[in-house]
Amino acid sequence: MTISPPSDFASTAEQPRWQRYFGFSTDHKVIGLQYLVCGFLFYFIGGALAGALRTELLTPISDFMPREVYNELLTLHGTVMIFLWIVPVVNGAFGNYLIPFYVGARDMAYPRLNAVAFWMIPPAGVLLISSYFLGGASQSGWTAYPPLSLNTAATGQVIWILSVLLLGGSSIFGAINFVGTILKMRRPGLQMMQLPMYCWAMLGTSILVLLSTPVLAGTLVLLSFDIVAHTGFFNPAMGGNAVVYQHLFWFYSHPAVYIMVLPAFGLVSEILPVHARKPLFGYTTMVYSIMAIVFLGLIVWAHHMFTSGTPPWMRLFFTIATSFIAVPTGIKFFNWLATLWGGSISLNSAVMFSCGFIVNFVFGGITGIALAQVPFDIHVHDTYFVVGHFHYIVYGGTVFVIFASIYHWYPKVMGRLLNEPLGQLHFWLTFIGLNLCFAPQHWLGLNGMPRRVAEYDPQFQFINQISSVGALLMAVSTLPFLINVIWSAYRGTVAGDNPWNALTPEWLTSSPPPEENWHGEAPLVHEPYGYGLKSPVSS
Amino acid sequence: MTTSLPGPASGQNATEHSAAESTEHHPDHRLFGLATFLVADGMTFAGFFAAYLTFRAVNPLPEGAIYELELLLPSINTVLLLVSSFTFHRAGSALKRDDRQLCRRWLLITATLGLLFLAAQLKEYFSLPFGLTDNLYGSTFYAITGFHGLHVTLGSLMILIIWWQSREGGRVSSQNRFPLEATELYWHFVDGIWVVLYGILYLL
Amino acid sequence: MPIPPRILTLLIGTALVLVGLWVGQNVNLLPVDASVNAPLYDELFKVLFSIGTTLFIGIVGMVLYSLTRFRRRSDTAGEVLAVEGNLPLEILWTAIPAVVVLFVGIYSFDIYDRMGGMVPMHDHSMASMQTAQEPEEKTWAGISPASVEGEPPATAVPIEVTAMQFAFIFHYPEADIISGELHVPAGQPVSLRMTANDVIHAFWVPEFRLKQDIIPGQPTLLSFTATRPGRYPIVCAELCGAYHGGMRSTVIVEEPEDFANWVAQNSPVKATPTSSAVIS
Repeated sequence: MTISPPSDFASTAEQPRWQRYFGFSTDHKVIGLQYLVCGFLFYFIGGALAGALRTELLTPISDFMPREVYNELLTLHGTVMIFLWIVPVVNGAFGNYLIPFYVGARDMAYPRLNAVAFWMIPPAGVLLISSYFLGGASQSGWTAYPPLSLNTAATGQVIWILSVLLLGGSSIFGAINFVGTILKMRRPGLQMMQLPMYCWAMLGTSILVLLSTPVLAGTLVLLSFDIVAHTGFFNPAMGGNAVVYQHLFWFYSHPAVYIMVLPAFGLVSEILPVHARKPLFGYTTMVYSIMAIVFLGLIVWAHHMFTSGTPPWMRLFFTIATSFIAVPTGIKFFNWLATLWGGSISLNSAVMFSCGFIVNFVFGGITGIALAQVPFDIHVHDTYFVVGHFHYIVYGGTVFVIFASIYHWYPKVMGRLLNEPLGQLHFWLTFIGLNLCFAPQHWLGLNGMPRRVAEYDPQFQFINQISSVGALLMAVSTLPFLINVIWSAYRGTVAGDNPWNALTPEWLTSSPPPEENWHGEAPLVHEPYGYGLKSPVSS
Repeated sequence: MTTSLPGPASGQNATEHSAAESTEHHPDHRLFGLATFLVADGMTFAGFFAAYLTFRAVNPLPEGAIYELELLLPSINTVLLLVSSFTFHRAGSALKRDDRQLCRRWLLITATLGLLFLAAQLKEYFSLPFGLTDNLYGSTFYAITGFHGLHVTLGSLMILIIWWQSREGGRVSSQNRFPLEATELYWHFVDGIWVVLYGILYLL
Repeated sequence: MPIPPRILTLLIGTALVLVGLWVGQNVNLLPVDASVNAPLYDELFKVLFSIGTTLFIGIVGMVLYSLTRFRRRSDTAGEVLAVEGNLPLEILWTAIPAVVVLFVGIYSFDIYDRMGGMVPMHDHSMASMQTAQEPEEKTWAGISPASVEGEPPATAVPIEVTAMQFAFIFHYPEADIISGELHVPAGQPVSLRMTANDVIHAFWVPEFRLKQDIIPGQPTLLSFTATRPGRYPIVCAELCGAYHGGMRSTVIVEEPEDFANWVAQNSPVKATPTSSAVIS
């Protein structure tokens, strides 16, 4: 392996050129942070959209905004949060920052492709938001079911398709890079089964992206033909079939759930052992369960379509397959509990958010198992029960892990610790806000409130108001976080290279790391979770 | 499981770096990356095929519409593409032996075969009794063959560029074979897709 | 004398299951049940709710216990026992969820079967009236009328439902009544044949625990037997456009005599032609 001379690493680390964060940098650490900051900008936009929706829902009548605008905002909210916040951040940001460290490389396998993948995101996001000002955004929800998506304003829908195609392309390029880096770029002597768990999670996620995202892309191209060229693929009025769209859409969009949560599983597996001072429990079974989730995740999509007239045998198959995802997922949760058990746990913000994730995700997982059962789903499908369920998974699950990861890796990136009391305040506001906002929604769904409505039965007003208060609390919770991130960058306690005494490779270099990651040869960590073991690191 | 996956790449082929890649301190994994991309690309086709087969099974065509197509042109096209895969392979081995003259000749033949394929495809389009928006079958047929035709067009262009670059003093040489090998992999993939497409759209 | 850990674990586990069972049986989160389906659904809900509560309290309890019991007392605390795994334990917590999930899956399919979901869709009720025109019309599968227990499907009241932006129209082919509200007799199976004019809609009656998408292009069949007289909302559950939230109707479940009266009053077949359509 060619190695550039370890020349003036120190000087470049001391004087970070902020300009490069706005340019076409090929440094994986810069790209990771670009993903992160860009994702947060869209998170705030998506959050503001959610705020507007929850404001409308304070009253049973449609009074805060026109009904069309409500549908536009809910479409934008879903699309922004999924494609511009969670997927890019939990994959792109942490993946790009951490994976090269974990495999002992100086960069990703394809640095320029990596930069291209990132720079597809801001234009796509701007394009998507701009559709609102160019005659109205898409009104058909993030699922864009035809024929509705063919009957509503065409401009907004076509822009939506273009934007999602760009984001899908970015996601595919990112996945190519992760697969290449994890399989081909490991430092000599590092075995696959010695990799930190996040590598396995990203490998699994990337496989899902590579296998499922192209199907969505193809489907959306056909949908755009229906809109622009007046073909009839999904238009029953022209002999087409609207249900085929649903199958193809969910063939991507159910794995998309795992594209959003598998990396979170990986990140939690990195955080908990460090702060519990114990090895990750059951490494091998963790790896196998990731791969089992990848496999099962590809064959469960039709559980989103139990009321779409699917034949009975299909309902049977998809119920069973979906239920069985609970087994590998359960293994992971029990393994994390066993990792905590008997440890020496530091109750810092990273651990609090990780444990908040476990609690929320178990809740969302249990309602998920219920939703997988056909007769149960027939009642609550497309209701607020489902809204509550998937927000527990993506917000209570993945977003909590994003925050946990920021508390955990901020010292590595910035060289300073985040403020603990502010972090605890952030955690409790978010945790209470989330539960206040989304737990009551399950009741709403069970009792008759469908999703995606601007007006509802007056009997649901009080519960909706509670939910909106929860949403407000979540909005407020970002304030201590923002203050913390900015204040600590200048005034935070200096962290040192390895404030948590962690063993994973990114901590075995300086904070912030030098441009080419290591001062000299990359360390060989064959026991990344070897807390309490004799010699986890050699060389 | 521990060691069954490909081990870490050794540094022996580091010398094969092209000048453009000198900023990357690792062996060339670009072909592997391309293969990964082609898996994704293949899934797009898989989605189209799945849609086509479902449409065909579930949605009856209106009165008078036909499924059967003339087999002559597409069969010739299948032969053209299969032969072009072979000729491209010959071009690749010629370059490996540093026989540029021969390599360029095979490349030109391959590109010609690709362009012939496109011409035949267009001829078929103009002779078909249905248009893009006539019925579901027509729409799907044009979408799938069009998407594949786009791949062939792109591939033919790339072959012509490599043909130009492999002249004396060009960037493609026996030392820098990546552009040719990547295009060859891509071309084989496009041919493979065509064989599946031919089976599903024409023969089934 | 300290209780041995095994006994303690067993006791806690039993207590958890009991709490879960109690919560599942006694906490009611559902609206009233007004169809034959609904009690079956509620039975399933109680079982799932019990299992879910037990699991949730158990896991959250484990997290809270670990965080308090194994909390780091001082920052100098070094490494603790380096346990990397425990195969029997891992097999245990693979096997138990697998068994639970299998049980839940089989049980819910039994429920689904009793609701009539597993019966292949044959358009029994329609066969009598549609006759030879469309011998094998393709329909989407909802819940089949053939299975409503004890009732031969031929007695089901046929109703044609048309969904459009943003209303449901109900047509009673036998009496030739067109109505904006759905009147059904209690205790008698009803068979809906639903079509959508423009986009996808969904027919949902929360009190019946029943929902079915209505997809343009193919009629959808849905059968149910209402039990409890009263007025219940019909809700469109699939985003169908700007006024999706306002796309609602009412189902009025009546005693069979009242239903017969309503039909007699509104049917143009016998009554005055002016009352042919009752759209409320």
